[in-house]
Amino acid sequence: MAPLVPSQEELDRRRIVDINPETVSNIPSTDFPGHWPGESHEWSLEKFKNDLKIDFHRNERFEASFSLIGVDASIANAFRRILMAEVPSIAIEYVFVHNNTSVIQDEVLAQRLGLIPLKGSVEGINWMRWFKKPTDDDPNGSNPADYNTIVLRLDVECTKNPNADPEEDDPRKLYKNAHVYAKDITFHPVGRQEQFFAGDDAIQPVNPDILVAKLRPGQSIEMELHCIKGIGADHAKFSPVATATYRLLPDIKILRPIIGDDAKKFAKCFPSGVIGLEKVTREEAKQKDSGYEGHEGELKAVVVDPFKDTVSRECLRHEEFQGKVKLGRVRDHFIFNIESVGQFESDTLFLESVKVLKLKCARWKRGLTDLMR
Amino acid sequence: MPASVHSEEQDQSMLDASAPQEEQTDILELDEKRIVVLPGSSDTAASFQFEGEGHTLGNALRYAIMKNPEVEFCGYTIPHPSETKMNLRIQTYETTTAVEALEKGLDTLMDLCDVVTDKFTTARDDFNAAQADRMEA
Repeated sequence: MAPLVPSQEELDRRRIVDINPETVSNIPSTDFPGHWPGESHEWSLEKFKNDLKIDFHRNERFEASFSLIGVDASIANAFRRILMAEVPSIAIEYVFVHNNTSVIQDEVLAQRLGLIPLKGSVEGINWMRWFKKPTDDDPNGSNPADYNTIVLRLDVECTKNPNADPEEDDPRKLYKNAHVYAKDITFHPVGRQEQFFAGDDAIQPVNPDILVAKLRPGQSIEMELHCIKGIGADHAKFSPVATATYRLLPDIKILRPIIGDDAKKFAKCFPSGVIGLEKVTREEAKQKDSGYEGHEGELKAVVVDPFKDTVSRECLRHEEFQGKVKLGRVRDHFIFNIESVGQFESDTLFLESVKVLKLKCARWKRGLTDLMR
Repeated sequence: MPASVHSEEQDQSMLDASAPQEEQTDILELDEKRIVVLPGSSDTAASFQFEGEGHTLGNALRYAIMKNPEVEFCGYTIPHPSETKMNLRIQTYETTTAVEALEKGLDTLMDLCDVVTDKFTTARDDFNAAQADRMEA
């Protein structure tokens, strides 16, 4: 028997998550074999290829926004979670304090240094290996080497500025190195790091003006910082994204006409640009029982751009719109927003997350072959 | 694991070293982990335990396996939040086995990832080209 194909109307209904005044309904996806009698819903790569759509809204170094249309929430969520917790990046992990006479304590300063986002040649970062920390099973761990550790140094000493105006009260002018910034961190390449991290590709802080510490004459900081590769699941400093979020595309359906002053009030229930006002045409006014008869030339509310909506549900609070409007969200339309901290381009981060998911599957599949035997 | 290349002194600048002998193609984990089949399994019904996994792979894999019409039931759980273990239950009809269904699910996910990568790359390149055109105009 050929599989049953539901009507377009039914498919549209299934595609929308309903948003009611106090609740949300029709939440779980039902596109599984066996859920709807007679319908197939079997996984088909061809069908997935045809249905998947990606639309870019913006693509900048630090922020990318795009729509991922035609995937299940479980898949979209996997990409989002991987972006935040499993795409590797580098950060300062070990701090060797040779001297610190500043007022900020060693451990507090070390913690601050760890959170400074670093950038450098992507090729070099991909070439780097994991630095294995000592564990109970493996008390040695790995030794620092050029392929797993990057050495940075922070050597600053605060001195009096002999050329300063005696009336001066700004410590930055009165003293040299009164403020220690992220840009004071210097990179010391070892071994093959010189090839990978040369020139502009050197390891450096993304934001040079992060204030790290404050000093007064006679105080100095002298430390060696070791950076390693890690993942956000271990520590948030390794997360390559500031945020990675998605939202579902809002859906607004006007079921019965909203005309005149009501239309203006309706438009005010939404952010600007979501609802437009149009004049009722002669043809519409002629139609019987359309709700428009006798209203030619008056304004009616039309949905212009649901993308801009925040789904505040304000329109559902008013008596006059009862039963005239239906709010929802499109189940398989994910509007992603990825903000990179600067180590990678924001769009390559998404590709990286897809790669990580694939590698995860490949790894478990290798583990499975033992099981089959 | 990389061989020991210099002194154990941690508080010291590192030295040059040659790369480890074995090539690591895997970017996530160094050592292979095995899937554990929990006791009480039969050919068509089994629970698998994945060490070091969570909702990320659990839910995605559950979706991929549920898309297989030969699967009667598939679900996943994280038995305890402070253990990084993920249990996956698969029950199939007589036409296949639980292990096969799991393998097929992993294949499905990998195929899906390829399609997403392809589409994403083309969409991004088209968008960048369109942006560049607009900048010129």
